[in-house]
Amino acid sequence: MATIVGGIATTHVPSIGKAIAEKKQKDPYWQPFFKGFDYVHYWLARTRPDIAVVFYNDHGLNFFLDRLPTFAVGAANEYRSEDEGWGIPVSRPIPGDAALSWHVINSLVADEFDVTMCQDMLIDHAVTIPMALIWPGPVWPVRIVPIEINTVQHPLPSLSRCLKLGRAVGRAIDSYAPDSRVVVIGTGGLSHQLDGTRAGFVNKEFDALCLDKIVAEPETLARISIHDLVQQSGSQGVEFLNWMAMRGAMTGRVSELHRNYHIPISNTAAATVVYGNEPEMRRKAA
Amino acid sequence: MQQDIPGTTMFDATQAQKGLALNRMCYSFNSAENRAAFLKDEEGYCRKFGLNEQQQAAVKSRNVLAMIEAGGNVYYLAKLAGIFGLNVQDIGAQQTGMSVEAFKAKLQSAGA
Repeated sequence: MATIVGGIATTHVPSIGKAIAEKKQKDPYWQPFFKGFDYVHYWLARTRPDIAVVFYNDHGLNFFLDRLPTFAVGAANEYRSEDEGWGIPVSRPIPGDAALSWHVINSLVADEFDVTMCQDMLIDHAVTIPMALIWPGPVWPVRIVPIEINTVQHPLPSLSRCLKLGRAVGRAIDSYAPDSRVVVIGTGGLSHQLDGTRAGFVNKEFDALCLDKIVAEPETLARISIHDLVQQSGSQGVEFLNWMAMRGAMTGRVSELHRNYHIPISNTAAATVVYGNEPEMRRKAA
Repeated sequence: MQQDIPGTTMFDATQAQKGLALNRMCYSFNSAENRAAFLKDEEGYCRKFGLNEQQQAAVKSRNVLAMIEAGGNVYYLAKLAGIFGLNVQDIGAQQTGMSVEAFKAKLQSAGA
């Protein structure tokens, strides 16, 4: 059976891709962010997942605004990236797990989440940068199932809906027969705003609230409206929707194992977290 | 959708409809060939994508706030900015009327 070993969430600011390419991890500007991944690497060496389910938002690489799904699930055995137009390096392809993707899609639709199915899907920096941060080696040790959430064109799905989507994905993984160890990943955030005269807005207090509540009380955060999320977290801080889905996908007892928070990376309040997920069944047996 | 958050334009149904042509042009800038074609004949390229006068003027002025007013979405506008070697900190500075150094310093102090 598949086991959900835990969750990781991290910021996906494009300039991180440049910093990696230019080997700036130890520069004073970047070091406080990159050092947050030491624990991630240590934890992965112990938990050894072989599949990653990645909740993220596309920024105009695979999807344009003319035909924009609210939720889309990749169903390919390989995902390529391409030029996004703003001069960041293009990642090498990432292997997919089409079998788990189709299992998740079947399970989600049966669960009344009518997702868009993508047998061919380009992944952008919101997948490739977290992957490069989490697995910096020359070979990807995991296959991915990318799940895309619209955080660009309103109406966006609510925090509550994304938490429920995550829970449905978690149920799907829990019912997957092949032995596999799955880590769930949420990318983007935390507070930031790129557009308007409020560009550069970050909100340390609100981010702290999100990080404090997401582990044990995600329902409290799920009551926040999209309007209020934009107000508190910035126009692009709404990427926290990906974090809520990641949190929902952890179906066991969840605990915070690691938190790194740093302002700024570019215009963004950057955060990296690791959550443990102790399956309920194992807990009962113990 | 309510547009009541200061300094913030929600990219909602109104903006999405208004900006479709402008954002479609910016989407085309994922391709290096299209970026080169824009640089070669900017006005012709804007016409090809059906930009209205307001959008053409906003692009010509390089003014990001004017592009947002014309329906531009910042993720797409960033692809246009990239043609001129500008990143989100450069356009953040432009929109807030600050120097890039002052804009970066403001973010640094938010973390202190």
